[in-house]
Amino acid sequence: MIAEAGLAALWIAAALAALQLALAALGLVRPAAPELSAAVRPVAIVQGVLAAAAMLLLIAVFQQSDMSVKLVAENSHSAKPWIYKIAGAWGNHEGSMLLWVTILGLAGGAVALFERQLDERTAIATLGAQAAIALGFYAFLLLASNPFARLYPAPTEGAGLNPLLQDPGLAFHPPTLYAGYVGLSVAFSFAVGALVTRDVEREFARAMRPWVLGAWIFLTIGITAGSYWAYYELGWGGWWFWDPVENASLMPWLAATALLHSVTVLATRDGLRAWTVMLAVVAFSMSMIGTFLVRSGILTSVHAFAVDPRRGAFILALLAIYIGGALTLFALRVGTVRQGRTFELVSREGGLVANNLLLSVILGIVLIGTLYPIVAAGFGVQLSVGPPFFNKAAGPIALLLVAIMGVGPLLRWRRDDLSALAERITWPLVATGVAFVVALLAAMPIGVLPLLGLSLAAGLAVASVAPLWGRNLRRTPLFTWGMVIAHLGIAVSLAGMACDAAFTAERLVALAPGQATRVGPWRVTLDGISPVVADNWSALQARLTVERDEGVRRLYPQSRTFSDPPTTTSESAIATVADGQLYTVLGQPDGQGRWQLRLWWKPFVTLIWAGGALIALGGALSLAGRLMRRRQEAVA
Amino acid sequence: MKRPLPWLPLIGFLVLLAVVAAGLFRPADRVVHSQLVGKPLPDFTLQPLIPGRPGLSRATLTGQGPRLLNVFASWCIPCIAEAPQLLRLKAAGVPIDAIAIRDTAVDVRRFLERNGDPYQRIGDDRDSAVQLSLGSSGVPETFLIDGQGRVVRQYVGDIRPDDVDGLIADWKALK
Repeated sequence: MIAEAGLAALWIAAALAALQLALAALGLVRPAAPELSAAVRPVAIVQGVLAAAAMLLLIAVFQQSDMSVKLVAENSHSAKPWIYKIAGAWGNHEGSMLLWVTILGLAGGAVALFERQLDERTAIATLGAQAAIALGFYAFLLLASNPFARLYPAPTEGAGLNPLLQDPGLAFHPPTLYAGYVGLSVAFSFAVGALVTRDVEREFARAMRPWVLGAWIFLTIGITAGSYWAYYELGWGGWWFWDPVENASLMPWLAATALLHSVTVLATRDGLRAWTVMLAVVAFSMSMIGTFLVRSGILTSVHAFAVDPRRGAFILALLAIYIGGALTLFALRVGTVRQGRTFELVSREGGLVANNLLLSVILGIVLIGTLYPIVAAGFGVQLSVGPPFFNKAAGPIALLLVAIMGVGPLLRWRRDDLSALAERITWPLVATGVAFVVALLAAMPIGVLPLLGLSLAAGLAVASVAPLWGRNLRRTPLFTWGMVIAHLGIAVSLAGMACDAAFTAERLVALAPGQATRVGPWRVTLDGISPVVADNWSALQARLTVERDEGVRRLYPQSRTFSDPPTTTSESAIATVADGQLYTVLGQPDGQGRWQLRLWWKPFVTLIWAGGALIALGGALSLAGRLMRRRQEAVA
Repeated sequence: MKRPLPWLPLIGFLVLLAVVAAGLFRPADRVVHSQLVGKPLPDFTLQPLIPGRPGLSRATLTGQGPRLLNVFASWCIPCIAEAPQLLRLKAAGVPIDAIAIRDTAVDVRRFLERNGDPYQRIGDDRDSAVQLSLGSSGVPETFLIDGQGRVVRQYVGDIRPDDVDGLIADWKALK
């Protein structure tokens, strides 16, 4: 019954999306009939509510372990802890696509409910575009990926959930990332709406900015959390693998970051009109391309989920319609978008343009590197593009971007004076130089990229707080604080990456119980190995005593065996201290009473994710600041 | 068209779309009809890469019964995806030798510790010279070699779970 109700909610929501699109189109063509446009907002809200209801009903059938629902039988198990029963609802293809559509519907509903600043005709066109996107994905769900399909006869037990996904990370990672992906659909719809009504102006940028910021915050959190999840769950000791699925989340983030900065130029100085619209289209296009890459199985990935070329063809068709349509509209209409205001090269705008260009170049590198194996396959060559390419190609450009990031916020709008600028960046330059010399003297041998990374991180850290110097901190607007903290977060994260690359100590040893070894400043003793049993897995667990100057800790890395489906995973055990992490993984026995242990001492590696959290916090402060300013303006 | 510039993004996207669509709909024939099939392996000698594991030459691949020759690298992500299939082949008794492309001993050892070690011998091909002489252009690739050191088949790309049974059957047919 519940499953049927969910399916019905989906069909009705799809019908409402079609209605919403038709009403918006008619309303724009016939301004004489305002009741058509007036109906668009309520329909959008109800559509969002129905999509959310379908998602909740899917969670309900997972919670009840209703094995007569095919999706539950294939992906769940009655013995699973309740949190994984809930998270299992989106830990599979159909459920994750339903989550995608739910967030799309809710985002459209939120625009209908809250967006009053935008010109009404543009708002209606925006909601029409949002409905068009939703309609395609409803069709995909209902025709090619029905999450509520029944199974007859019902099996008595389910097949279980991929053990790698049985982790608290799964409960939060996909929803966060999807909120970011799909939140960008709002920016896309805004751009399409503004192109339809030829209304690309400052008000448009101010209305779009909070939505872009919101989506960007979720993307940042999603990527940061996903990176940490891969770090401790895969047991490989790395935090970024340039895997296609990771790139699929990085590309929308790069585009959204560029958009965030160009929309500021449009909102503040009325410049970069066509470019901002283009970026809004590109950002969501990257989200859809990312979804396509992940869902079609066209690229071999360590994340590979269910693979089905027909589904891939369906999403590809949707991509062709939406992105192709938006780009055609762009080509037809961009000539009518009047040129915005111009500016000097040395100015805040100039810095933001440099930011946009460099982010676009990095985006291009990641896109080409990710898709190159497909192109090569077209010529009969099978290959894989790995970290050596991405690090060498994107690393130096990212460092250049960091250097400009330090200077940009210290530039004045419209035009600035080079000698005045030189004075403002004295201290950041000093910090960079000092860090360079210290790293060179204290940490030789050190690679070029980690050395430059450490120096620039120090310079950026000083430069990013420089906009606060000499200001009354209590009267500094929240969005300025947001920028400062987000840029500081980049410096912190970069320092973590450079430290991890430069200073990590690694040991691979075989120890018998009672034996000890050293890694970095730590002494690690294997006390023993014992079996552990839980609900749906059993494990061999090592008891490690790890000692450093300040004290003794115990760690328990496991080699876990899951029964449904039968799989083995490594559960790393990590000791987090102020200056880094000791990362331990239990390997195989060698048959002579010894056990393999993989040990890493990673100084300051935690800064990578702390920086990510700071970046997201900066975004949140900025968003809060913008919303408060809007409310004040509305009152005044 | 007076203003071609605004159409560039659309054109770029259509090219991308064509590439991806071609990738999606290409028939799934991953067996390369190589010139080398049916011919003896070219003459080559590769030094051992990791201590304690012998290297590889044409002589060691001749007269030892049918076997697989896997071209791989520790920096290659599809090679990670392929590893469980190689372990299944090893468990079925198929001997597997390997050529490591542009790799280092430390990285390969780490790769094998992470992903399992199906290899009897590992040759060090640090400049891809032998790989090219075998007519292999990427990683991973796998050659099925008969008892006389002749190439029977060349598989391009990672071995998928569906491929394993067919490979074992092909190998048994050669015995």
